[in-house]
Amino acid sequence: MSKLVVTSIGPASSVQDGGRPGSQRYGLTPSGAMDRLSLAAANTLVGNEPFAAAVEIGPFGATFTARGGAVRVGLAGASRNADIGGRPVAFDSSATLADGETLNLGFARGGSFSYLAIEHGIEGEPMFGSLAVNARAGLGSPYPRPLQSGDELKTKAASGAAERRIELPAATDAPIRIVFGPQDDEFAEENKKLFLDSEWKISATSDRMGYRLEGAVIKHRDGHNIVSDGTVNGSIQVPGNGQPIVLMPDRGTSGGYPKIATVITADLGRFAQTSAGRPFRFKAVTMAEAQTEAIKFHALLHSLSDRLRGIDDFGLNIEALRDANVAGQAVSAVDVSTWQVALP
Amino acid sequence: MAEPLSPPRLLPSGDSAITVEFSRTIDDAANRRVLALDRVIAAEPIAGITETVPTYRSLLVHYDPVQITFDALGEQLLARAAKAPPTESGTRRWRIPITYGGEHGIDLEDVAKALQTTPDDIVARHAAGDYRVAMIGFTPGWSYLSGLDKFLHIPRRKEPRLVTPAGTISIGGIQTGVQCLAGPSGWHLLGRTPVRTYQLHRDPTFLLEPGDAVSFTAVDTKTFAEQDRAAEAGAFVAELVTP
Repeated sequence: MSKLVVTSIGPASSVQDGGRPGSQRYGLTPSGAMDRLSLAAANTLVGNEPFAAAVEIGPFGATFTARGGAVRVGLAGASRNADIGGRPVAFDSSATLADGETLNLGFARGGSFSYLAIEHGIEGEPMFGSLAVNARAGLGSPYPRPLQSGDELKTKAASGAAERRIELPAATDAPIRIVFGPQDDEFAEENKKLFLDSEWKISATSDRMGYRLEGAVIKHRDGHNIVSDGTVNGSIQVPGNGQPIVLMPDRGTSGGYPKIATVITADLGRFAQTSAGRPFRFKAVTMAEAQTEAIKFHALLHSLSDRLRGIDDFGLNIEALRDANVAGQAVSAVDVSTWQVALP
Repeated sequence: MAEPLSPPRLLPSGDSAITVEFSRTIDDAANRRVLALDRVIAAEPIAGITETVPTYRSLLVHYDPVQITFDALGEQLLARAAKAPPTESGTRRWRIPITYGGEHGIDLEDVAKALQTTPDDIVARHAAGDYRVAMIGFTPGWSYLSGLDKFLHIPRRKEPRLVTPAGTISIGGIQTGVQCLAGPSGWHLLGRTPVRTYQLHRDPTFLLEPGDAVSFTAVDTKTFAEQDRAAEAGAFVAELVTP
C-alpha cells in the first residue's frame, strides 16, 4: 500500500471529483471540482477516469510525501513552481515520487486551483457516489473537510508507466460568456448593459460557494427579494447591494436573489481560475451558441486521452527550468510552444 | 369544470437547466402545479433530463445539452405541464414531534410579545397547523413548509444568526420550516425536533419529499431527549400516518 502524505497545505484545498448531482431536490449541493477540465486532464495523465477524485489545491503552496512505495501523480490546472526532491516537474504532465520523496508545489500562478491526481485514484468511501468534500454537509472521503497537514491519501503502488504530458487548448483571456436569465427581467435594460460593459474583479472573500464580484452596482427594477428558486453552477445572483455573486459548486441549492445571468458551462472552469483582483469582462451569447460550446466542451472532456504525448526532455524541461528559474533568462527567449509542437 | 391553466414561463438557467416558472410569488396553487409537473416527469421521463428540483413557484430542470436542446426540451415540458393534474393521490403524511420554547425555542417568548399574545397561544396555533413540504433546499434536509396560520406571519429577524441548532423548527415571513443541520438562519426559533430529515447512513437518507403533508405533535423535553437518542441511532421518530 502506497500513500501520499500531505506534509503541508494551505486553505481551500480538498479532495474533489465530478461531484454528487442527483439529490439537489433534498438540498444536497453537488460540490465537485471548480475546474472540471483541469481535474480531467490531471486524471487522464495517470490513466484514471476523467472525473475520479483528485486533490484540488488552493492558491497557496503545498508539499506531499510518498510513503510505503512509489506514487505516480498527474498535475494540471493553475501552474506552479514544482519539484520532486529538487528535480523540476512541469504542469500538465505526470511524474513519480519514489518512496520517501517529497513533491514541492509553490503558489498558484495565472489561476487559483491546481489538481493533483494520483494514479489508481484515492481510496475512500463514496457518499452519494462521490468522494468530494462538502464541509457544511459533513460529506467527503477520506476526510469530510479541507485537507490538513498529516492527512494521508491511500492508493496503490505506482505502475512504473512512462510519464506523459498533455496538450491542452491554449489559455485565453477572452471575456467570460454568459446567457441572460432566469431573472434578467428583474433588471432594466440599462443595468443589463452596465453588467456587460463593466470591468469586474473577483473579491478576495470568495470561496467554493460563490465568487463575489466587485465593480459596478447593478440595480434591480423592484427590490432584491424574490421567492427562492433553484440555482446552478454559474448562476449570477444580485443581492441588495448590487454586487453580483457567481454561485460555484458548493452553492446552496436554492437562493432568494434575482439571477441576472448564468456563466456558460464551457467557461465555468476558466471563470473559477480567474485570480482575485484580476480584471475581466462578461460577454452575452445566445442559447444556441452556449449549447454548441457545451457540446464541444463535453467532447473535449471525453477525448483528453487523444492529447497525451510522451515526455520529451526538451519540451518538458524548458518550461520546468524556466519555472524553477534555474536557467535564468537564456531559456525564456525560446518559444516553448513552437518547440513542443515541432517535436515528435 | 376546472379553469384552464395558464402555461408556465420557460426561463433559461444557463445552457444546461430550465426554470419552469408557475408564479413569481409564494402561491399554494403554483406550488401544487410545480409538484404535479415533477410527478409527471418522473412518470414519463424525457431523455436528457438529469435531475429536477422543485421549489415554491418553479421547477428547475437540469438537462444534458448533448442529448436535447433548450427548445426541444421546453416544448416537451410545456406539453407535460398542460396535462399535469394538480391533484395529490396517496400523499404521505408525517407526524413530527417538537418540543417548544425554553432552550430549544429561544424566540418563542419574543414572538408572542411581537404578536401580542401568549407563548401558549403561539404553540397551540403552530401545532394545530396542517402543513405541506413546499420545497427542500439551502442545506440538506432543510424543509420549507407551506400552510402557516396567518396569525403567525412575522418578518424575519433583522440580524440573522450565524448558527442555529440542528433540528430547529422556526417561522419566518409566511413560512415555517424544519432544518436538519446546524447552520445560519434569520428565522424565529420556536422549538426543536429530534427527527433527522437527513441522516447519512439511514435508508432513506432523506425522510421528507417535496409534497409530503406534515403535522406537529408537542412533546416534553424528556421525550425529546429520549427520541433524540433513538434518532441518532437511526430511528425515524417521525410517524408516517398515511398511506
